[in-house]
Formats: sequence, C-alpha cells, structure tokens
Amino acid sequence: MAAETAEAPGAPFVAGQDAVLRVENLSKHFRQRKRFGRPSPVVRAVDDVSFDLARGETLGLVGESGCGKTTLSRMILRLIEPTSGKVFLDGEDVTRLEGRHLRTFRQKVQVVFQDPYASLDPRQKVGASVGEPLTNSGLSRERKLEIVHETLERMGLQRGQARLFPHQFSGGQRQRIGIARALSVTPQVLLLDEPVSALDVSIQAQVLKLLRDLREEYGLSYILISHDLSVVRHVSDRVMVMYLGRIVEIASKHDLYTAPRHPYTASLLSAAPVPDPDVERVRERIQLAGDPPNPVNPPPGCAFHQRCFHASALAEKLPDDEVEVLADGRRVPGACARLQPALAPGAAGTRWSACHFPLENEETAAITA
Amino acid sequence: MTVKSDEGDVLLDIRSLRTRIETLRGVVHPVNDVSLQCRAGRTLAVVGESGSGKSMTFLSVLGLLPAGGSIESGSVTYLGREISTASPKEMRRLRGKSIGMIFQDSLAGLNPSFTVGEQIGDVVRHHENASRSQARERAIETLGLVGLPNPRERVDYYPHQLSGGMRQRVMIAMGVALRPRVLVADEPTTALDVTVQAQIMELLDGLRRELGMSLVVITHDLGVVARYAEDVAVMYGGRVVEHGSVRQVLKSTNHPYTEALLRSSPRPDASVAELDPIPGQPPNLLAVPPGCGFHPRCHRRDGREDCTVQIPQLRALSPTSQLTACHHAEEMVMQEVST
Ligand SMILES: Nc1ncnc2c1ncn2[C@@H]1O[C@H](COP(=O)(O)OP(=O)(O)OP(=O)(O)O)[C@@H](O)[C@H]1O
Ligand SMILES: Nc1ncnc2c1ncn2[C@@H]1O[C@H](COP(=O)(O)OP(=O)(O)OP(=O)(O)O)[C@@H](O)[C@H]1O
Ligand code: SF4
Ligand SMILES: [Mg+2]
Ligand SMILES: [Mg+2]
Repeated sequence: MAAETAEAPGAPFVAGQDAVLRVENLSKHFRQRKRFGRPSPVVRAVDDVSFDLARGETLGLVGESGCGKTTLSRMILRLIEPTSGKVFLDGEDVTRLEGRHLRTFRQKVQVVFQDPYASLDPRQKVGASVGEPLTNSGLSRERKLEIVHETLERMGLQRGQARLFPHQFSGGQRQRIGIARALSVTPQVLLLDEPVSALDVSIQAQVLKLLRDLREEYGLSYILISHDLSVVRHVSDRVMVMYLGRIVEIASKHDLYTAPRHPYTASLLSAAPVPDPDVERVRERIQLAGDPPNPVNPPPGCAFHQRCFHASALAEKLPDDEVEVLADGRRVPGACARLQPALAPGAAGTRWSACHFPLENEETAAITA
Repeated sequence: MTVKSDEGDVLLDIRSLRTRIETLRGVVHPVNDVSLQCRAGRTLAVVGESGSGKSMTFLSVLGLLPAGGSIESGSVTYLGREISTASPKEMRRLRGKSIGMIFQDSLAGLNPSFTVGEQIGDVVRHHENASRSQARERAIETLGLVGLPNPRERVDYYPHQLSGGMRQRVMIAMGVALRPRVLVADEPTTALDVTVQAQIMELLDGLRRELGMSLVVITHDLGVVARYAEDVAVMYGGRVVEHGSVRQVLKSTNHPYTEALLRSSPRPDASVAELDPIPGQPPNLLAVPPGCGFHPRCHRRDGREDCTVQIPQLRALSPTSQLTACHHAEEMVMQEVST
C-alpha cells in the first residue's frame, strides 16, 4: 500500500559543510519468512530517514523498542545493506564501499554495544580484544601493543590488566574496555547503542563523564541510542525521536526537552518520572495507551494517531465531517488518520517535526514543568 | 529503630533481620540488621545499587533464599504473627496469598510451553482448591484487572505471542491472582520502555488503591520513587542507610550515600552541568569495609577515624526527621539550613 504523504519539504540537515556524517533517505525493509500461500510480509524497520551529524556533535536517538534504532545504526556501520538511500562520511558516499575501502571506512566509524559482557569474547584477553580493530592497520606489533596500553590507561585501567579476561572485570570496567576497543583506531564517529543501560548509576556516571572527556580529547562525534531520557539529555547536543521507523522530531536538546512539538515526544517526556516529589505532584501525565503498532502493517496516515492525545483533544473542537472515528471509538482529525505527515521545519528552520498539528509552547508547559 | 508514621496499619514488620549465605569462599551477610515496615495502602520504595541486598531482604521474608542461605537473627511478622520461623508448608501458604511477589527478571520466568491462563490458573489451584474452570475464570478476571485487552481471548495465548509490556502484566497478574495484602514488585519495569514503564507503574499504583494493598517497589530509579512511593529505604552493602518519607530523603537527605546517588544521576527535567560519579565500586560482601560500609567512597568522611571503626546505627536527628546511619549526619542538616 502506497501511503499518501504530505509534500516533503527537504530534509533536516543543519551541519552543512561541517557534517562528518550525512544520511539521505535511508530505508531498510526486512522481508519476513514466507508464510504458506501468502505473500511474505515486509517490515519497514527504517523508512526514509535523513539527518546529519556535525563534527564534535552528540546526537541522541530515542524511541520505543522496535522503532528501528539499531537497524539504522547497523546500516550506518555498513553491517547490513540499506534497501535504499545513502550514507556519506566526510562528504564521500560510503554506501557501496567494498574490500580495502570498506576496511578503511570501518576504522573511522566504530560502535559500543549495550552489553559489555556479550560484546567481548570471554576467551580472549582484553588486550587482544582492544587491539582487534587494529588488525589491518599495517602497524607494527610493538606500536599496536603501545596503542592498546595507552588506550586502556586513558580509560582508567592499568596496562597490566591487558592480560586479564573479561570476567575478571566489573560491569563498568568491561564497558570501558568496550570503549577502549572502539577508540584504539581513533575513529571519527562513535555509535553508542545503550552504552550505560546495564550499569548502576554510580558507575554509569563514571562512564558518561569519560565519554564526555573523550569527545573533546579525540574530536569525536557521537550518535547515542538510549531509552533513558535523562542520559540523552545529559550528553546530547541534538536529539532525534523515532516512531515506527521514521523520524518524528529532531531538534536541539533544549528545544526538544523544554518545548516538544510532536505529541509523541511530549508523551515520552511525560512518561519519564523526575526524582523530585514536589515536581511530580504538579506535573501533568499523559497516558500513552497500548504498544506501538505492528511495523508489518503500519496504520494509514500518521503512524501515531491511534495513541495520540493531541489528536483526540483536537477532534473535540472539529465538526463531524472533519473527524474520523477509530475502531475503539476514539475520534481524531481526518488528516491524522489519512495523510502521513512529512517531517517539516518550524518557523526558525532549526527544529523539525512530523505532525499535522505541532504542539505550541503553552500546550507543553505542564508536561515539561 | 523504625520510621514513625501514623498512616496505615503495619502488615509486614521486618526487624533487625540478618541473613547469612554460606558460600565456598566464606559466609556472607547480604542482609544485615534490616528493619522495614509495610503499611496497608502505602507504597514503600527500596533503592540502592546492584548487590546492596534489596532482593535478598524480601527473598528472606518469603523463605526463598538460595542454597546455603538462612535467617540468622531478627524477626519478621505478618499481621503480628512471627513468620521467620514458620515451617516450609506454612510459608508456601503465605506466599502469594498473603505476600505476593513479582520477581526480578520475571519475564524470563514465564514458561514458554504453557498458556498464560494455565500459568495463572496454577497459582490459583495450588492455593484455593479451585476447579480447572474456576481457576480459568479467575485467570481471565485477573488479566482484566491488570489491564490486558481482550482477556477472554488472550488467556489462551502463549507468552511469545505477547509484547514485553503485556508479559509483564501477566507476571503482575500471577502476583495478584490471590489478592495478597502485601505485593513486592522487584524491579518491575527495568527492561521496559519508558512508556511501558509508566503504564506498569500506573497499574501497580492503581491495584494498590483498588485492593488496598501494601506495595513494595524495589527499584534503582529515583524518579519512580518520587512519583509513586510515600516511604523509601536506601540500602548499601546489606544495610538500610537512610529511611523516611520520600520528601525527606530526596529533598533533604541526611546521608552522604543518598546525596552521592542524587549527584551522580542525570535528570530528565533539567540540564545537570556536571555529574559527580561516586568513586570506586560497591562493596564486596566477602570483604565489607569495617565501620561504615560506605567510608571508602564517601566524600564527607574527611579522614575521620570513627567512620572506619564504628558501624553507624540508624537514628533520627530530630523527632520529625528521617532515619539515617551516618556518624556525621548533623553536618548535612546544618549545610541545608545555610544554603
Ligand atoms: N533481521 C531482521 N529481520 C526481520 N525483522 C527485523 C530484523 N531486524 C530487525 N527487525 C525488525 O525491525 C524493527 C526494528 O528493529 P530494531 O532492532 O532496529 O529496533 P530498536 O529500535 O533497536 O529496538 P530496541 O530498543 O528493542 O533495541 C523491529 O520491528 C524488528 O522486529
Ligand atoms: N547464591 C548466593 N550466594 C552468595 N551470595 C549471593 C547469592 N545470591 C546473591 N548473593 C549476594 O547477595 C548480595 C545481595 O544480592 P541482592 O540480589 O539482594 O542484590 P540487589 O540489591 O537485589 O541487587 P540488584 O539491583 O542487582 O538486583 C549480593 O552481593 C550478591 O552477590
Ligand atoms: S499528525 Fe495527528 S495523530 Fe499524528 S501526532 Fe500529529 S496530531 Fe497526533
Ligand atoms: Mg536496539
Ligand atoms: Mg535484585
């Protein structure tokens, strides 16, 4: 089914010449296992995503489980091939690189995964793990060992610990080893997929602080995937929100957290409790009912309309012929149910959201209080 | 010492509980002199880092300690009756019916080869001599209670046919199927999305009100504490180090560890310029530091010797303040007044 989409007004590029990474109209459609006698269903895991990343910038990426965050980062890392769209690193199209060129590319874009234990080979000494990305670097054995030791020390570990195995380290130390491995090749872009979710707060703070210092020191750019809105707020410059494979909002951290435009962003912010009982007492809570819809069979119109509080509120003020009544009896504006909203810039051209009726500042004040 | 609170009858009363586990490398005390009260209609949050003894405290109460584990001293009373010495048979009767528990990592605990209806029904039949069809009806009713849409249809689903949030609802249904008076939810939302987290916490909060339960939420999320709990206990190294109302503890803490936790946590509602990580690691139970267990990481110790020698006891600094276990808590109060 070809969804009807509002006219696309360009893409949310803000970095211009300064972009280290640029993603254009990237999509990944997985074909699921064939069911007997039926056409195999297609999962639109990532659907027409465009954004860029400035040198030295941290872009936070949030959204519910299954919205396509990992699939997007795996395409950027060239671990899976996009169905369509392009990835540029430093202005160069890297979407179809192979062989030696692909290996060079891999040194420039590295990744740190959520579970530091699963991502390190338990039978390999951590020194070997950390040095692994250097395998095809052409450096001498001595130089490689030196780099491993230097990187470990920079992570607050001792060079002697290079001879130990992963199980001999704590969770926080293992995560630092994972970061050391990614940094041994001095990349330009580091993808962080839930880097601190497995860690206790006190250890999490140690790793977050380290990531911040490293960014300055190595001139790195980060894409940080996290379901923890506090962590994203703490480290990001800009934040991108995904829903069912598409970007629904992308804006500076300040704009996004203090005055979200998309009702889904507002719902996410409202769901995250604040560690202050006085704030919590006066904060307005939006209940987001149900689960995200099935990506195999996305709803027509705005993918969020069935769960959208804003749409129901708007419908109350509309005449019946402009309202669509949903299966569960909820009423939403007809546009929400029929026309897929395009990602469009606000007045200043710096923040983008994909909603027919973006929220106004006054409407979000009670949520972000 | 216990927290003074005039609201709600004490259903579960834990006093000076000390639990031991014999391991190959020696005896450890994951729960050490812990006192907590669970009151009807109220929510108690238990917070602390991994390994601080949160789960072990309630596994001790329920008689579900791992091999080698036993209660060494202290008392646990339910409705005034001592249960720490109850027989395994009596404990089985108490579990689920009087004190329900939603176990940590419980999503892994659902059996993939039975329908959710069978699994909830089992809980009911085990306790209530109900027939298969009665148990099924109760399962459907409970699934409705926990907000699962179409319970009559979903009662026959297998766990893999449900999303993570719905599976967690099923686990909660198993916990409340017998309508316990105390419900212990051990990290009920940890692996879930913020949106689902909020749904699950709203559900537990609603059940507490509806069934008049006493709810215990074990969590490491101080936001959850602020939004849903009235009372909070902060644990460190097997001990309760601060205990009081949520406002007292989060807004004017009297313990350096709580203060350090707050300072090391980013917030969703404000930009924190700089986080203050707590140096070092939580204590190893086989080598708990002498004196105050927190002293090697404490920013307020300032070289003082009593911290390394004497174990600080929980005490109230004034008749209206929370309980704190820090030798130098008075300084923190003075500082609050001056800032
Ligand atoms: N290899 C695959 N084959 C088919 N479907 C897939 C495949 N990989 C991912 N998907 C589907 O694509 C969608 C996006 O998955 P993805 O792992 O990118 O989500 P995510 O945002 O990273 O979620 P989480 O927060 O749970 O990690 C999901 O619906 C997922 O089931
Ligand atoms: N079977 C066991 N034998 C020995 N020690 C154990 C055993 N099980 C747990 N412990 C120890 O008991 C202590 C308390 O564990 P507990 O599970 O109560 O921690 P917790 O506060 O619930 O942590 P988490 O947040 O990780 O769930 C830990 O230090 C743990 O190592
Ligand atoms: S387009 Fe309509 S349904 Fe979608 S987010 Fe905006 S108001 Fe809600
Ligand atoms: Mg993922
Ligand atoms: Mg636990």
